[in-house]
Amino acid sequence: MAEAKPVLMQGNEACALGALNAGVRFYAGYPITPSTEIAEQMAVLLPENGGVFIQMEDEIASMAAVIGASIGGMRTLTATSGPGFSLKQENLGYAIMAEIPCVVVNVQRVGPSTGVPTAPAQGDVMQARWGTHGDHPIIVFSPASVYEAYYLTIAAVNLSQKLRQPVIILLDEVIGHMREKVFIPEAGKLLVEKISDHVPADWKPYDEKGLTPLVPFGFGHYYHVTGLFHDQYGFPTGDPPQVERALDRLHAKLDRYRDEIVLTNYIGHKEPRVAIVTYGCTVRSARSVVKRAFWQDRLPVGLLSLQTIWPFPAREVEALAKQVDVIIVPEMNMGQLVGEVDRYACGQAKVIPLNRYDGEMITPDQMFELVGRWLP
Amino acid sequence: MAKRQEILLTGAGGQGLILASIVLAAAAVNDNKNVVQTQSYGPEARGGASMSSVIIDVDTIEYPKVTKPTVLLCMNQASYNKYLSKVEPGCVIITDSTFVSGPYKEELQIKSLPITRIAKEILKREVVANMLALGVINAATGLVNRDIFRESVYEMAPKGSGELNQKAFDLGYRLYEEGPEQLIRAAAQTSQQ
Repeated sequence: MAEAKPVLMQGNEACALGALNAGVRFYAGYPITPSTEIAEQMAVLLPENGGVFIQMEDEIASMAAVIGASIGGMRTLTATSGPGFSLKQENLGYAIMAEIPCVVVNVQRVGPSTGVPTAPAQGDVMQARWGTHGDHPIIVFSPASVYEAYYLTIAAVNLSQKLRQPVIILLDEVIGHMREKVFIPEAGKLLVEKISDHVPADWKPYDEKGLTPLVPFGFGHYYHVTGLFHDQYGFPTGDPPQVERALDRLHAKLDRYRDEIVLTNYIGHKEPRVAIVTYGCTVRSARSVVKRAFWQDRLPVGLLSLQTIWPFPAREVEALAKQVDVIIVPEMNMGQLVGEVDRYACGQAKVIPLNRYDGEMITPDQMFELVGRWLP
Repeated sequence: MAKRQEILLTGAGGQGLILASIVLAAAAVNDNKNVVQTQSYGPEARGGASMSSVIIDVDTIEYPKVTKPTVLLCMNQASYNKYLSKVEPGCVIITDSTFVSGPYKEELQIKSLPITRIAKEILKREVVANMLALGVINAATGLVNRDIFRESVYEMAPKGSGELNQKAFDLGYRLYEEGPEQLIRAAAQTSQQ
């Protein structure tokens, strides 16, 4: 690997570059603030690299185009913000059900509806989890820096391909629009494997035995793709045991690769009494609190930052709750992930929300003050 | 440069302040410092007021927003009126006297220089006032190594305008160090010859 040279890069640009370096060669989208720079970058990068960029008529069609390109064998990306993310939900569910890989970036802005287009919020946490109907599995990443936007996009593309599972990147407006110094390793030569060479003779598109690679259309296998519950050949079924098995199968994929999917990071005191659990740009304020409270003042304070918010890092939160008296959950919404933290804290620790939803970041001072109130 | 530096560049839309903030941030990256650059995206960015900020630190930068500016540049009266109340004594304040007429508070460290006028009269190009302002700021604060900054100005300038922008940057230094009268007199002499 060549030595990385520092560059100044915007979060949205990093997301686009990460996708390109992960092999994404198809982008369909409809521009919307604060995600537009991703589309702008892809419109430049993809044609230069043998890819395809399409500006669609709306977000519904964008999602459909991405699914179509994926099943044709391309790695795909689309980006939007809250109002567009709402429109993508139906087709997103279809991709989950039909097990078609794709990556959807939602650069969040203040909602509901068109809200405040240029101000940050973390209001789409539950929408990312439950926006499309039914008991579906989902993977959602939440980057806290420009570099995380880069590498989590690469992780998203790879996981999505490996698990045949849509992955969502919930970017904060602050991260998407911010320029920051980053070290981007030079892209190695991409090895594009011809999947059809490694497919067993008895390949089935939705094998009951577990995960099978996606064989794109045009590679010698014929199968049926549907949003209906289907058997292992893709044909619709309403047979109760088969329905149950198919849904279990969708969730088992994520359970099996849980350790690759769930990314968290702990910094701070080894035996903390007060811990902060947060994600996205709020992590930055929390890190600044840990710097002051722990590195400077040696107070028993720690921070568990969540790069993956869905599937929820239950195990990590459970373990943390056993150690601390209080868990503070700062979020730029009226309290969404805090419910999940409370669920897995199981009464072992007191869970305190810290919410802000006026379109401004939670400041380190605000967080520091609350942490101080709960220190022994 | 010891602690976290928070630089606010304010003025009217079209004065090139967002580009200036990106050039400053890129220069700081080239000078091996940690940098975060942000800009206002609100309705005020579409005509009217423009605000962009750069945070430079040797330590890692966590919170990316400006809380206590250490450097404030005001390129028009409206931004001067708006942002002067946000600074504390000790902040380096630079105003473009072409557009800002005060009032100047004595307890604050305010340097008032005719940035745009100098760009127009000496370089005959008003558009490089932003790079001239960067020269003034760096002369006053030494945020970034001067040679590295000059190189970055050249690299980041639109194609074919690298030298002009560098000239503006150097002129900013001279404007800060020698004062406007000296510059205008020198320019008048050269044009007579």
